[in-house]
Amino acid sequence: MRIGLFVPCYVDAFEPEVGIATLELLERLGLEVEYPFDQTCCGQPMTNTGCHAEAAATEALFVKNFAKFDYVVAPSGSCVHQVREHLTAIPQTEEVVGVRRKTFELVEFLHDVLKIEEFPWASFPHKVAYHANCNALRGIHHARPSEINLPYYSKPLDLLAKVKGIEVVKLTRPDECCGFGGTFSVFEPAVSAKMGYDKVTDQARAGAAYVVSADSSCLMHQKGCAERLGVPLKYIHIAQVLNGAAA
Amino acid sequence: MSIEDLTPRETDGTPRESAGMIHPEVRAPGDESERHQDGGRLQHAEAASKPIAAPKTREQQPRGAKIRGNRPIDQGEAAERFLAAPLHQAAHDERLWDLRKKRDVSAHGIPEWEELREIASNIKAHTLSRLDTYLEQFEAAAKANGVHVHWASDGADHNRIVLEILRSHGAKTLVKSKSMLTEECGFRHHMAASGIEIIETDLGERIQQLDNEEPSHIVAPAVHKTRMDVAEVFARTLGTDPENDDAHYLAESQRETTRPYILNADAGMTGCNFAIAETGTVVTCTNEGNADLSGNVPPLQIHSIGIEKVIPRIEDLGVFIRLLSRSALGSPITQYTSHFRGPRPGTEMHYVLVDNGRSERLGMEEFWTSLKCIRCGACMNTCPVYRRSGGLSYGATYAGPIGLIIDPTFNKRKYSTLPFSSTMNGSCTNVCPVKINIHEQIFAWRKVLAEEHQIPLLKQGMMKAAGAVLSRPAAYRAAIGTADSALRALPRFAVYNPLNTWGKKREMPEAPKQSFHAWYKQNRMAGASKKDVASKKDVS
Repeated sequence: MRIGLFVPCYVDAFEPEVGIATLELLERLGLEVEYPFDQTCCGQPMTNTGCHAEAAATEALFVKNFAKFDYVVAPSGSCVHQVREHLTAIPQTEEVVGVRRKTFELVEFLHDVLKIEEFPWASFPHKVAYHANCNALRGIHHARPSEINLPYYSKPLDLLAKVKGIEVVKLTRPDECCGFGGTFSVFEPAVSAKMGYDKVTDQARAGAAYVVSADSSCLMHQKGCAERLGVPLKYIHIAQVLNGAAA
Repeated sequence: MSIEDLTPRETDGTPRESAGMIHPEVRAPGDESERHQDGGRLQHAEAASKPIAAPKTREQQPRGAKIRGNRPIDQGEAAERFLAAPLHQAAHDERLWDLRKKRDVSAHGIPEWEELREIASNIKAHTLSRLDTYLEQFEAAAKANGVHVHWASDGADHNRIVLEILRSHGAKTLVKSKSMLTEECGFRHHMAASGIEIIETDLGERIQQLDNEEPSHIVAPAVHKTRMDVAEVFARTLGTDPENDDAHYLAESQRETTRPYILNADAGMTGCNFAIAETGTVVTCTNEGNADLSGNVPPLQIHSIGIEKVIPRIEDLGVFIRLLSRSALGSPITQYTSHFRGPRPGTEMHYVLVDNGRSERLGMEEFWTSLKCIRCGACMNTCPVYRRSGGLSYGATYAGPIGLIIDPTFNKRKYSTLPFSSTMNGSCTNVCPVKINIHEQIFAWRKVLAEEHQIPLLKQGMMKAAGAVLSRPAAYRAAIGTADSALRALPRFAVYNPLNTWGKKREMPEAPKQSFHAWYKQNRMAGASKKDVASKKDVS
């Protein structure tokens, strides 16, 4: 099984340890993982702004980089949602459709494809709030959203439950958007930041020491908000926790 | 905003001074919820609304978006002013989130909820696919019931038809219940200019009328106002005590000043929640009973109906009634579900069926399902952007998620900015009782607007530049890998913004020592062994 690792642009630039943890975790699980060296981005900043034509070349590059793999794995629900649902600016050849179909977000890859039962190396004896990225939650169905009257499930919390010592606290608005919203964060900064402040406040009130998420983009925004508010919360990606980060 | 500011007012058990209060016996201080005979709080509709802490200091009510002709609405600017009024913003957010929570409790209490949504969505899809047939059936049934039926192609047509009806009866005053359709048509303003006095009978809508402001929410038109704002408006327009912001006092004052209008009005008007094709019936759903008063008291009654409101059969109505109030307020049903079928003896009854862009929308492949909307407002209540912006920030008849996808069909340029006032988090789609894929339509609108150059040149230019960098590995590496300045700390699309809108309210992320790419090259490419890597595992 050939795995192509996709490291989203903001992870590459700001959170390299998330990429490293993802790579190491997959390797620990005995997989052959390759990082195509010419990769850049999934095209989401452009398509989310409506600029699909401007995203075409980036999308084509993505497909070129990842066509040869059995699976493409990325530590981001948001980018995987883009690839799966919105990578449509280029002609939908068999190759393009194939790449879109075999691209997985790390949590669902571990939970649904590999069906991992334990992470014996992982211990995280802290109170954590889990942050559900909206694309991961409602776009690629990480968990049952609070609005829907269907049986409860949560893939990320299933995985975290296998980590020794971890305690997940309850938020008052568990799946309210944090306000990052991609380019929304810079084009509508006032509302974006207020949503972030409210999210951070909810996490702090719930008694969390750490916030864990499957998306670094939300975390980057929330961290910026927490630091501005002076709230001493720490933000960490689920890949790091599952890979055995000590904190 | 501190935690305490969000906490409902404490009750100390001692009665407040009752001077000036109209019904002191019905309320305990600090608890305005209605009660059962056994003393328990009623768990329906507004009766169960939690009182919001009254602001200690006066805070001026933020006003809505600046309207400058056809120029694109700056929702972000208006939202920023709303956020600058923290007492209003917090009350607004909490009040609407409370409705969302009640909606969840209600929806989760019905095992077949998701199936109901599916059925409702399918009934609407079916009806819309045969809209002409059902409208003609509705018209024929209504005529058989003795109702006069009129067809209006747009808002101006609607206003002209209603004015003709009123003039032919010599009617000078009209009482009406709340109707988003008449807001669309600019009905009130048009009638005022034609010498007809219009009185809104819905409490929230009356507040907005007296304050000369548009409704900010489909179901709760004055939800952006605090009680103190209402006290100020009523003091100015109805002569009430400006210092008394007691909800019962204010509601009673409005009722007492509005009832004489209802009794003496020459004509009455309601909107329409559901128009039943097989019976020719108009159904309205209200919590105040004001549609009944508006429709049943005056000798001339007019019902304005958007053509998408038709449903085939009376038995279909049950599906929508079960969904509507639960989605809107978390209550099982509105207090009044009224069926208007034919004129009372000696009176006249008119239907005005209004298109106003609906036929055109029906032909839009990606957007026609927005016509399924039953105007419950659930998407607004759940929308995190709406709750923090206020409905008036959208500068359009329809605010919030449903507004983002409907408004551009009325005026593509003026409302070109609205689909960008969203994080596309998808909660709106999940609460929609007729399963409109709202957030996907927001996404689709962005594409349409960009293709038609209805987005700012700066934004499109930034995206073009971003696309150019992100599609060329070497350029991309140059952009994020070598820069050593503070600008390095942001993705390209952000730093292109000359105002650094990230950093104003958030700390910048720290730039790591090296990118993942550089780490990989150093540790995993030729020369680097896996053993080296394992020893470096202290990065996290």
